[in-house]
Amino acid sequence: MTTLPLIALTGNPNAGKSALFNALTGARQKTGNYPGVTVERHIGRMMLPDGRPAELVDLPGTYSLEPNSPDEKVTRDVIMGVQAGERRPDALIIVVDAGNLENHLRFASELIAQGIPAMIALNMVDIAERDGLTLDPARLSSDLGVPVIPTVAVRKRGVVPLKDEILGLLGKVAAPPKPLVGDFSERQRRARALAKAAILKETPARATSKRIDQIVLHPVFGPIILAALLFVMFQAVFAWATPFADAIDGGVTMIRNTVATTLPAGIIRSFIADGLIAGVGAVIVFLPQILILFAFILVLEMTGYMVRAAFLMDRLMAGVGLSGRAFIPLLSSFACAVPGIMATRTIEDPKDRLTTILIAPLMTCSARLPVYAVIIAAFIPATHVLPGIGLQGLVLFALYLGGIVGALVAALALRRSVTKGKGMGFMMEMPRYQIPMLRNLALGLWQRAWVFLKRAGTIIAVTTMILWALLNFPRTDPASGVSQVDHSIAGHIANGLSVVMAPIGFNRDISLALIPAMAAREVAVSALATTYAIDDQDETKRDQTLGERLKGSWSLPTALAFLAWFVFAPQCISTIAVVRRETNGWKWPLFMVGYLFALAYLAAGATFWLATALGL
Amino acid sequence: MRLDQLPLNQPATITHIDWDGFESGAAQRLRMLGFDEGIAVEALHRGGLIAHDPIACRIGRMTIAIRRIHASLIDVATR
Repeated sequence: MTTLPLIALTGNPNAGKSALFNALTGARQKTGNYPGVTVERHIGRMMLPDGRPAELVDLPGTYSLEPNSPDEKVTRDVIMGVQAGERRPDALIIVVDAGNLENHLRFASELIAQGIPAMIALNMVDIAERDGLTLDPARLSSDLGVPVIPTVAVRKRGVVPLKDEILGLLGKVAAPPKPLVGDFSERQRRARALAKAAILKETPARATSKRIDQIVLHPVFGPIILAALLFVMFQAVFAWATPFADAIDGGVTMIRNTVATTLPAGIIRSFIADGLIAGVGAVIVFLPQILILFAFILVLEMTGYMVRAAFLMDRLMAGVGLSGRAFIPLLSSFACAVPGIMATRTIEDPKDRLTTILIAPLMTCSARLPVYAVIIAAFIPATHVLPGIGLQGLVLFALYLGGIVGALVAALALRRSVTKGKGMGFMMEMPRYQIPMLRNLALGLWQRAWVFLKRAGTIIAVTTMILWALLNFPRTDPASGVSQVDHSIAGHIANGLSVVMAPIGFNRDISLALIPAMAAREVAVSALATTYAIDDQDETKRDQTLGERLKGSWSLPTALAFLAWFVFAPQCISTIAVVRRETNGWKWPLFMVGYLFALAYLAAGATFWLATALGL
Repeated sequence: MRLDQLPLNQPATITHIDWDGFESGAAQRLRMLGFDEGIAVEALHRGGLIAHDPIACRIGRMTIAIRRIHASLIDVATR
């Protein structure tokens, strides 16, 4: 087999690289990691005009080739041909924001000097034109000595001439790299001169974004808008998902009943219906909610609002010793702490970064949603506090808020103890506002849904199956009247554990659910579903939902303590693994797990005692 | 005048940057974001009611947010 030509996309952040990657590869893309580092590797396949396939790699967006961050090091090493797990590319597409030439051309010239046959994709020319810029691509091309193709990646404009030009590049041979001329400032000045020559006409920049910012960044309205947006997001997660979740739930119940009626009674039927289907089904019901949450976060990112949120939050974050930059990884952690912790790579200051990593798991990730949703639906009445504001949504909001407050307090404490030291502050580019393209949103959501379903099919399926086995062996004699759960291996472990957990209001079933939920939080739900499915063998209870069963066996203080536990508990193998990788050792992940479990225990205990004292 | 004292929407030019006043790495980052002597700058937005921190300013055609403490290391002259 001959190896396919490898083409690399590079450029500054906010140049529209990912949009161009999507436009060139469509859905034929994969996301992985470079060996040994947590830099994501996006690779896709594209068709060249002559019918040959080629591989396209989307390198991390960086400002320079100086290896200051892991991202920059990977980009540099790939281009130098020394990155493990990647060949030296045969051609380079340098994506440049047409509206930002002065700044992007410095990096572009540094890239061209590396000797790989290169071209410039002069991206977002439509916005630049609307912004009052008239450019001369031919002049730019002759000044830089490489082809320049105007593109609008989000609208797939310019893709055909771009592909023709790639074909031309693949016919060329790489030249040896040239040393960079002059120091950084000199190169920057030369780039500004190049930009000036390529701009035919220019009017003052960016009226629209500035007008929006006058409202969005307003000292009074800005924070109100941010709070309102977050509130709507969390209300929507609950309200909009219900019909879809009900449909999935109906489907799962139907499959389970079909299996239960067709298979002969016995251990195999129990394994499939009560173990596998009940367990996995209990988790995939939450796919709609997770997708709605991700949709909100993706839209906020794609529009450019996320960076504004960082601006608004910087002052507050500075108060606890962090920067506004930490807000983006933390908000991403609402979807999942793993990409959130990986996003901390954009924080240059090592202590800022470590603090952000350590508090990221306190942000309520989507894996907690299944847990919260089941308990809230079962124990909190679906009444309205005010028109349009449901009590259930309010409780969910309070749980999210609890995580945020906990994180701020933890950051403050960490900054004064283990991560003491002066920070580098807050400096960041605020890109123009953009209307998100539905296609890119759909692609992003599809990738997230796929990851979630894969987890449901692997980690969650395996842990529920193990739990099922632990719950079913050794078998009891049905005539003896001893409950199967009490008699099982898992029951014995849980009985031991509940000695520690009883003071904070956790019963045996909860202790039992917490064991497999060490792998992933949402497993707690499937574990409870499996436990109750095995214990309740009579047919009428089989049709009850998990919520109804919980309501029958838990007190309200116990349910509230369970919720409080999950605000803090670091139960996620993937998060612990990513912290180990990002901090290069076991010291920080162990520290994190320790302090979070202590917090979880205290929070659950305090909630239980308070709720009991109040007579709830 | 220093950048943190520059009134909003008042076009100005950077006359001097106290590069050595920045924490390690911060000066390099400021340069990458396009800050340099002789560059046109304009303060666009300020965060917070009381602290007026951070400041969003226009550098070339980009909008960059920086903190007041860093803006106070940048001298500007109004145009």
